[in-house]
Amino acid sequence: MKLKKFTVLILVAMLLSVFVIGCGNDAKTDSEPPAEQSEAIKVGWVYIGVPGDYGWTYAHDQGRAYLEDQIPGVESIVLENVPEGADAERSFEQLAQEGCSIIFGTSFGYGDAMLAVAEKYPDVKFMHATGLQTADNLSTYFGRIYQARYLSGMVAGAMTENNTMGYVAAFPIPEVIRGINAFTLGAQSVNPDVTVKVVWTNTWFDPAKEKEAAKSLLEAGCDVIAQHQDTTEPQVAAEEAGKYCVGYNNDMHEFAPEGNLTSPIWNWGPYYVNTIQAVIDGTWASESYWGGIDEEIVDLAPISDKVPATVTEQVEAKKEALKNKQWDVFTGPIMAQDGTEKAAEGQVLTDAEMLSMDWFVAGVEGSI
Amino acid sequence: MDITALSALLAATIIAGTPILFAATGELLAERSGILNLGVEGMMLVGAAFGFISTVNTGNHWLGILAALAGGGFIASIHALVTITLRGNQVVSGLALTIFGSGLSGFLGKNYQGAPMPYQFKPLNIPVLGDIPFLGPVFFHHDAMVYLCIIIATAMWYLLYKTMWGLTIRSVGENPQAADAVGINVARVRYFCTIAGGMMAGLGGAYISLVYAPTWQENMTAGRGWIAVALVIFALWNPTRAILGAYLFGGVEALTFRLQTMGINISSFFLAMFPYIVTILVLVLVTIRRRQDAGAPEALGLAYDREER
Repeated sequence: MKLKKFTVLILVAMLLSVFVIGCGNDAKTDSEPPAEQSEAIKVGWVYIGVPGDYGWTYAHDQGRAYLEDQIPGVESIVLENVPEGADAERSFEQLAQEGCSIIFGTSFGYGDAMLAVAEKYPDVKFMHATGLQTADNLSTYFGRIYQARYLSGMVAGAMTENNTMGYVAAFPIPEVIRGINAFTLGAQSVNPDVTVKVVWTNTWFDPAKEKEAAKSLLEAGCDVIAQHQDTTEPQVAAEEAGKYCVGYNNDMHEFAPEGNLTSPIWNWGPYYVNTIQAVIDGTWASESYWGGIDEEIVDLAPISDKVPATVTEQVEAKKEALKNKQWDVFTGPIMAQDGTEKAAEGQVLTDAEMLSMDWFVAGVEGSI
Repeated sequence: MDITALSALLAATIIAGTPILFAATGELLAERSGILNLGVEGMMLVGAAFGFISTVNTGNHWLGILAALAGGGFIASIHALVTITLRGNQVVSGLALTIFGSGLSGFLGKNYQGAPMPYQFKPLNIPVLGDIPFLGPVFFHHDAMVYLCIIIATAMWYLLYKTMWGLTIRSVGENPQAADAVGINVARVRYFCTIAGGMMAGLGGAYISLVYAPTWQENMTAGRGWIAVALVIFALWNPTRAILGAYLFGGVEALTFRLQTMGINISSFFLAMFPYIVTILVLVLVTIRRRQDAGAPEALGLAYDREER
């Protein structure tokens, strides 16, 4: 009988150790000495993953580092690997209790948790990346990454030799579909005959599956691989096959030095600086922010020197047009995959239409 | 589908099935001795992390394989201690170890996230056999681990069914009281099988982090450990059927993407759930037509206590 008690003890100890490892979340405090700064401000961050993913969370963490660089006196408290759901609410509450003036949550699924905690702590400001719901002290923010995807499509469309490109995509949701359409339209703008084959992985994150999906596209004859995934594996697959590829989130050049043409990238830093400055100045107000390439929240990574200069110039010109707001990606005529007209000549899709996009443009091979 | 596409599909099938087969063979050995180990996912993750970290630091992927064996064996030895010596609940211990393994591997691998892997297993180019049209690319252009996996799985069948040791292991799993009565050390056999099984799960994990997608990412095995557990039941505890089953599962994984690229209009969600439907179907069929000789080892999941004989 004693042995059984001992077993129970061991199991309890093991479970506890799991909780310590699993829930520790590595709260790290990178602080400037706060005493000497009058405007010392505590900023909380809740990450869905770890900065080491070289993808989504890495981009946000770069933004955080930029912020600390630009505004002295910012003290960051970071919680990594916080799952969406009940655990998230606890994490946001913890940061609010630790005295953060403003808390950033970087995943769509934090919405309900942030709304609940924002109600409880009216003096704390909450910022929800990719979110939908706002409140007096809860803003949402996101970027028009589709603009950068259009530009990356132009590069890819100019470099494909057999006019067949592949796109490794996570989930059939408007955000991803919008990106695929923008990429395809960009490619067609320089190469009308191009088609884009789409493979869904149904995961944001599975290195093995993403690579396998990219390989299947390469076997099907695609000679450029683009991705809406959080790891660099599709790039690696293209590099190994000696084909071109377009990254996402960050400049993924180093993972495919030969094949990588460019990457649509996130640049959260300036936006974070503006937001914190607004908090310091007392001008912060709740909003739904969807910034474009003109505000530099999204951008295109440096274009590979394998791309002819004429193409790079064309891309630069389009980027200028986007920056000056003379033109946007979803400007008609736009035909859907099934042949219906989605935008007449000169008609521009509204934000609402873009945010609920559930159809492919003509030239995309795949089903939603 | 043309012939090149078919051979590429079959080659991808073998690669996708290999990590599952490593883990399933190990689990099969443990279950044959009467120990149910639900910690396969955790052991695979620890194996993947140990293998990757060791390879990056030593520059030798075979040392990485050794580290993966040690890592998987280490987690399995905790399971052995809890379930054999302490006679704890095997299900609880296994589940705890899955969570523990994913936490431990994430913790250790933290600084290696996204690190490049300069030392990779290269596909062997087997002379003559590799030049056979169609069959060459399908079977003879793989890395050494693929062949090692098939050899281990086949050897496992030989061990279990053709040797005295195999008879010992099976008897311990079927009826430990009787085995004990003829002088077999039940605890020792179960320790050996559980730890060896864990080492193979570690190998499966290392195959993912060193060969399949050479990188370290948290939770990168993404549920393959659970498929391995299901596969053991699918195979009715027989290693040769496990080989077939592993490649069937691998084939479904490889086919999922290729059907999409061929433009066959099936919902990607349906394709993604297909392997799991197959698993459930097999579980149902196995339960319906369970026979004495083909079923689970009689003493599977039961702790053995000499004094309660």
